[in-house]
Amino acid sequence: MAMTIHCDIVSAEEEIFSGLAQMVVATGTLGELGISYGHAPLLTSLIPGPVRVVKDGGEELVYYVSGGFLEVQPGVISILADTALRADDMDEAAALEAQKDAEHALHNQTGEFDYSRAASQLAEAAAQLRTIQQIRRKARSRG
Amino acid sequence: MAVGKEIRTKIASIQSTQKITSAMEMVAASKMRKAQDRMEVGKPYARRMRSVVGHIANANPEYQHMYMLEREVKRVGFIVVATDRGLCGGLNINLFKATIASMRSWADQDIGIDLCLIGAKGAAFFGSYGGNIAAATRDIGEEPVISDIIGSVKTMLDAYSDGTIDKLFLASNEFVNTMTQNPTIEQLLPLPAEDSSEMKHHWDYLYEPDAQELLEGLLTRYIESQVYQSIVENGACEQAARMLAMKNATENAGELIDDLQLVYNKARQAAITQELSEIVSGAAAIG
Repeated sequence: MAMTIHCDIVSAEEEIFSGLAQMVVATGTLGELGISYGHAPLLTSLIPGPVRVVKDGGEELVYYVSGGFLEVQPGVISILADTALRADDMDEAAALEAQKDAEHALHNQTGEFDYSRAASQLAEAAAQLRTIQQIRRKARSRG
Repeated sequence: MAVGKEIRTKIASIQSTQKITSAMEMVAASKMRKAQDRMEVGKPYARRMRSVVGHIANANPEYQHMYMLEREVKRVGFIVVATDRGLCGGLNINLFKATIASMRSWADQDIGIDLCLIGAKGAAFFGSYGGNIAAATRDIGEEPVISDIIGSVKTMLDAYSDGTIDKLFLASNEFVNTMTQNPTIEQLLPLPAEDSSEMKHHWDYLYEPDAQELLEGLLTRYIESQVYQSIVENGACEQAARMLAMKNATENAGELIDDLQLVYNKARQAAITQELSEIVSGAAAIG
């Protein structure tokens, strides 16, 4: 059996995942990181993107988080997400729509335009799409 | 026969009061369930957050954030979480009493106090009681959102950062069960270090990006989540206390009606008896 580490994913609204994992892959501010058993204590902030959990039995779960923090303690990974979604619940059409809207807003700037908000909307939509694509890939490799 | 008209009017008015209080009891009972759900839902996040921050306090960080450093106390801040509406028994007043007791112990040491009041009842009370109100938020409603309180909390955090206040407390009600709510006063800042036996050796996190930026964000988020959780918990307390207060009021109204009904029946019976004896004695006089 592979070495496992306990992983908790919580958002302000609910507890998303709690259980043993072989590996957790998340998108930190400085890039993607994969964490498995024996990782050094680590504290990082997360940017919008997918969180992939490889469970004890090898099964993979993908979640989407819109930012938050990740803490690694010996034996425990905690992800404090701002909002976390089960990726299966995500709607690709809605994400595409949101991305288009945000890009549109960025191109047609008017006087009182909130640049940072539109940019963060765009980043979130793009991250959601990335998550959905990851799930697709997973489904394809399995099928 | 116009016996005890006043009593009957009184009974009717108490009955309509009773209807109102029993309706309020039922409304509070259904709202309490929702508020309790909301409280349970937020708990895992708040608990995780607290344990992460507890770990940070136990680590030996390369960078000491000012939220973690004890300093000489010249002025303290209180965030008081009260309700927006009344008719919830002694919930608010018990909290204010506990807060005032704690405030007095600081005032005795010549230490000034800044208040941040959440909920209309807190603003009303401390407005007349006195105290320096630095920030106030009202109308948080039954479904509080974190963005509503960020402004008030930021005022207090800024006051802590620029050295206006040197300690920050959170006063709110703790939900024990439907019958019991406890006023509690917790220290938010500086972060009270946790005594845990695990992880005593010298260690520190790897920080990405750098410690300062990360801790700033995380600790602010921590304070906000603690305040938010206490507001949600206070909401559950409010509904539970109101349910209990209205239940008592309904029962009292019932007792009052029974008593008045007895008085009324006695008066009516006395009037009938009197009338009868008048007729009998009249007939005897004629015969």
